[in-house]
Amino acid sequence: MVVKKQERESLIHERYLRHHKKFPHVWCAGCGIGIVMGAIVRAVDAVGLSNDEVAMISGIGCSGRMPVYVDFNTMHTTHGRALAFATGLKMVRPEMKVIVVMGDGDALAIGGNHFIHAARRNIGLTAIIINNNVYGMTGGQYSPTTPTHAYATTAPYGNIEQPFPICQLAQAAGAAFVARSTVYHARELSRFIAQAIQKEGFSVVEAVSYCHTTYGRINKLGSAVEMMRHLKDKGVTQKTFEALAEEERADKIVRGVFVDRDIPEYTRLYDEIIARAQQTVANGRTA
Amino acid sequence: MSERYEVRLAGKGGQGMILAGIILAEAAILDGKNAAQTQSYGPEARGGASRSEVVISDGEIDYPKVTQADILLCMSQEACDRYFHDLKQHGLLIADAVHVERMPTSRAVVVPLTQWAEEATGRRITASVVALGFLAGLTGLVSRQAMEAAVRAHVPPGTEEINLRALAVGFEQAEQFIRSQSK
Amino acid sequence: MTGKLMQGDEACAEGAIAAGCRFFAGYPITPATDIAEVLARRLPQVGGKFIQMEDEIASMAAVIGASVGGAKAMTATSGPGFSLMQENIGYAAMAEIPCVVVDVQRAGPSTGLPTKPSQGDVMQSRWGTHGDHPIIVLSPSSVRETFDFTVRAFNMAEKYRTPVILLMDEMIGHMREKVELPSPEAIEVVERVSTSVPPEWYKAYENTPSDVPPMISFGQGYRYHITGLFHDERGFPTQRLDEIDPWIARVFRKIERNLRDILIYEADEIEDAEIVVIAYGATARSARHAVKQARARGYRVGFLRLGTLWPFPEEVVERAAERIHRVIVPEMNLGQLALEVERVVGRRKVMRVGKANGEMVTPQEVLDAIVRGVSAWL
Ligand SMILES: Cc1ncc(C[n+]2csc(CCOP(=O)(O)OP(=O)(O)O)c2C)c(N)n1
Ligand code: SF4
Ligand SMILES: [Mg+2]
Repeated sequence: MVVKKQERESLIHERYLRHHKKFPHVWCAGCGIGIVMGAIVRAVDAVGLSNDEVAMISGIGCSGRMPVYVDFNTMHTTHGRALAFATGLKMVRPEMKVIVVMGDGDALAIGGNHFIHAARRNIGLTAIIINNNVYGMTGGQYSPTTPTHAYATTAPYGNIEQPFPICQLAQAAGAAFVARSTVYHARELSRFIAQAIQKEGFSVVEAVSYCHTTYGRINKLGSAVEMMRHLKDKGVTQKTFEALAEEERADKIVRGVFVDRDIPEYTRLYDEIIARAQQTVANGRTA
Repeated sequence: MSERYEVRLAGKGGQGMILAGIILAEAAILDGKNAAQTQSYGPEARGGASRSEVVISDGEIDYPKVTQADILLCMSQEACDRYFHDLKQHGLLIADAVHVERMPTSRAVVVPLTQWAEEATGRRITASVVALGFLAGLTGLVSRQAMEAAVRAHVPPGTEEINLRALAVGFEQAEQFIRSQSK
Repeated sequence: MTGKLMQGDEACAEGAIAAGCRFFAGYPITPATDIAEVLARRLPQVGGKFIQMEDEIASMAAVIGASVGGAKAMTATSGPGFSLMQENIGYAAMAEIPCVVVDVQRAGPSTGLPTKPSQGDVMQSRWGTHGDHPIIVLSPSSVRETFDFTVRAFNMAEKYRTPVILLMDEMIGHMREKVELPSPEAIEVVERVSTSVPPEWYKAYENTPSDVPPMISFGQGYRYHITGLFHDERGFPTQRLDEIDPWIARVFRKIERNLRDILIYEADEIEDAEIVVIAYGATARSARHAVKQARARGYRVGFLRLGTLWPFPEEVVERAAERIHRVIVPEMNLGQLALEVERVVGRRKVMRVGKANGEMVTPQEVLDAIVRGVSAWL
């Protein structure tokens, strides 16, 4: 039986969202976070995972509210620490797919240390960073990804700090899979997330979003629609980007898979540790 | 509480004072006694003051630290200066002549522990084990058999033989010392 | 020969294994590092897992994550790390996640005296998190008791779905003494309450008659939500007072109604005493030594040793001090538990013997207090 696209979509909603319980959601009308949520559940569906084998762990922020709405094993943790909670869960339940949803402040400011160390360990978690360049939930303070010169409630004279390049950071720290797309390119985003979930090892997807309510208003960037249009216009593939002249590159958001490498995953390596330790006991040595 | 026997082993970090305390406590247990070993050292691994305390008793040990030492072993001048004041009136002070110059009392037993160690094993670090053998031989606090077993159990793997040699030297020197005193 | 020489930290690690702990996350810090080192070696031998995290915040978080995954989980730290763990300890309290946090106290504040003992975290162990919630804190006085209390800490954590803090001190942690460990069959090991209701009926935060809702691990087909926000019976965020108030009442009730199980203490010759010494942790060793000396001199001295510090054993202390005019509280801080004793028995009865310089309270200092206390009254 061929399921029509529309039917399929409603089946996905039915299956993965806590439909009757927890809507309407807390996000502002027009916010991109909901699109990321849609991209995640479509990816889970495409990979063919059951709800039971998926855990979604989040930190604190607008993005952190996502787990309430999805029908997985869900945990809304403390600000910045989602990856550390997820590390404990993954260690004892390595068979589960653990998706960690974080904001840019969550993942890179207060949680920056956990982020690089999770990548360094290459533990099998999928980190999805919803980058809206601002602290949305607390009302528009500058974040580690706020562009230099932009305004924020705590940068009333302009931001003098440099933004973190999330994907390069993840790559340098040791992640096995790193990709970026935007909430405008929702299908591509979903595809990248599906790849990330299937990757054995630490996978990172930067989902570029926006916050019209705080950042957009403070920087006079217009409505949600206008900010979405910005993503459409500025989001280019790696190939397109490479073809661009130097001066055209500056304001572009490069989409694509930047890292996809096979390195031993942490919980697998730990299984070897267990085997080694038990061998030592069997051999009668105390190690 | 009179059966409490309190030993303080004091020197510098890196001299093996803490391990010596562990060995002594273990030996006491092997002899069927109760023992508690505690330690005090600085934040640095080497060089700072380091001391180990062992309380041995036939009964229960409440306070696990030294109140007034029955035996004080000093492997450094600083240890001697610092801890002599809470040695018991007729307590035994053993000092390593190699490291301690100024003696607080004429009744101290001053012997070249480090030199004996170097001669016997070629390693200064075994001075603490020589000291244990000397201390045990002199006082009979723990049996030689228990000491040997405790040394075997606690020194780094591969160093058992040289440490047992060091221990033996300590016991022999103690015998000689006793003989020289009784003359 | 029965019994062997064992260190307090080692006994803690072995107690954890005996209690069924199969996950440890931690960050090295004197004087708790030995616990991590033993468990790094021992846990994989029994099929458990050990991880050294990037800091104590992450360690506490990983412990909670592992517990949600179904493992009995523990971390161990000292003052500076304990401070960092507080936010997530609060999370465990709010989300009712069983776990054990070991704090081997060293002298503080700040980096303080890393290798010297202290009991300066008594109040932090109770009030270190923000907000109101109950907590269980146990403090062992010997190596053997460290083993036993670690087992009991796990049992209480699992039984009551709560974080339990094992408040050790450098003296007990680093001390070696002769111990005889119980045989495995003699050790009671408690598992968390589970349920077999169909998933759609399961409420992770239900107001059950026992006040402890069953807890099911992630990945078992019972998909539910866990949050540090106030939540309803299913775990979803709420701001409704009719959901918040019952939760608060229930989490306090589940501890208060089980005090007989939770409160560990030892009372010795309290009945006809003229003065009572109340002590805990390593200081209880000095105190007992002093009490014996005082009795040998003819003083009638009672001794109350507290194993459970929080919830504070109010009635026990009240009863012990009822007919007595002086209560001595020696501790390696400047009067933290004494504050509680004063609250219960009245300020005028209490003599504090406090020290916060990294040295133990000596038997002599307690004895002096006893002599002063008695003569002040006579
Ligand atoms: C320890 C701690 N510090 C500060 C906060 C307040 N806080 C809540 S959300 C947030 C920032 C969220 O920004 P981001 O992670 O980018 O998520 P967004 O809301 O933009 O999705 C802050 C600072 C907190 N909850 N916890
Ligand atoms: S504040 Fe910004 S990030 Fe948060 S929900 Fe509203 S639009 Fe989205
Ligand atoms: Mg943000």
